[in-house]
Amino acid sequence: MNIDPRLNIIKERLRDVRRVVAISGGKGGIGKSSVASIGALILSKSGYRVGLLDLDFWGPSLDTILGIENIFPREEKGIIPPEIFAIKFISIIYYAGERPLPLRGADISNAIVELLAITQWGSLDFLIIDMPPGMGDATLDIIRLVKKVEFLIVTTQSKVVLETVEKMLRMLKDLKVPILGIIENMKITNSPFVKDWAKKFDVSFLGEINFDKNLETSIGNVDKLLETNFAHSLKKIMRF
Amino acid sequence: MHEWALAQAVVYTAIEYQRKEKLREIVELEIKIGELQQIDREIFEFALKEIVQLKKMTGMRVRVEKEEAILKCRVCGYQWSFADSMKRLSGEQAEFIHFLPEVIHIHSRCPQCKSPDFEIVKGRGVKITAIKGIK
Repeated sequence: MNIDPRLNIIKERLRDVRRVVAISGGKGGIGKSSVASIGALILSKSGYRVGLLDLDFWGPSLDTILGIENIFPREEKGIIPPEIFAIKFISIIYYAGERPLPLRGADISNAIVELLAITQWGSLDFLIIDMPPGMGDATLDIIRLVKKVEFLIVTTQSKVVLETVEKMLRMLKDLKVPILGIIENMKITNSPFVKDWAKKFDVSFLGEINFDKNLETSIGNVDKLLETNFAHSLKKIMRF
Repeated sequence: MHEWALAQAVVYTAIEYQRKEKLREIVELEIKIGELQQIDREIFEFALKEIVQLKKMTGMRVRVEKEEAILKCRVCGYQWSFADSMKRLSGEQAEFIHFLPEVIHIHSRCPQCKSPDFEIVKGRGVKITAIKGIK
């Protein structure tokens, strides 16, 4: 017999979390982390209890976007996420710092299981998970281990991105995983292409965010981030 | 008290096993704790005892064994024990590995070819190796 006991405690750890939303998409660099981090900020500013989990182990970036430094989880019957901007935040950066972390699939799975098994999130309205690109270990593990997860898909209008997003949507639909909808990011034309394209998959098109050239200079500064056109558009999409 | 979270996972797994196998009682549980996670055995066993009492499973005998952690390089095939790597780790590095054993890939290299691409063959963390119960 060889049973991994951690798998049986994950449900208990997320018992008081009302909704778990995985921010995903087929490719890197399409704004998943921006949607996850600024979305979490918007929810938190609106009075919701929010947790934010960075599962992009090869390229964790939520700490950089939100300008988070010098915080560390507290140990008490597991790990208690430190709170910043009223958001409970967990990332591999606490243990890996800025150093590269060369992990293969089995190690990624093990690290995800460990974080889910030992993190004491407490009561939350939303746990936002920033997913790595694609349909690899992290995506499969979240689907396997977090039964209440809902996926929010970020895309751009690029055909290269849409091709991968289509595969992702097909997989999620096949596995009957709830999909909140699609957000079109970095929009540079008025084309309704993505909105029309989404209809093919019977998935809600939640809205669009124009390419915001000021977003980059606001990275690391929460007040500036919340004043960007990106944040205003996202707020509208989230109906706040 | 990260050990408490893992001890709780063990007891919840035993309860789940009892339910699935329709057992009247679980009488014995065997656990291996991998060396890599550097679990404080005393705290872990204390937490187990507390949770077992809390869940009214006092008829269950728990046996805890330590498992040596073995690492194997995927590049040159060299195999070594974590105990050897441990000697070269700082207190902080060892603590990070305690929380998340996979970060060993940052702090250790294959002693022979210096690659970070190695496998944790055994002894990573906590696992249940046997459960005995009465129908």
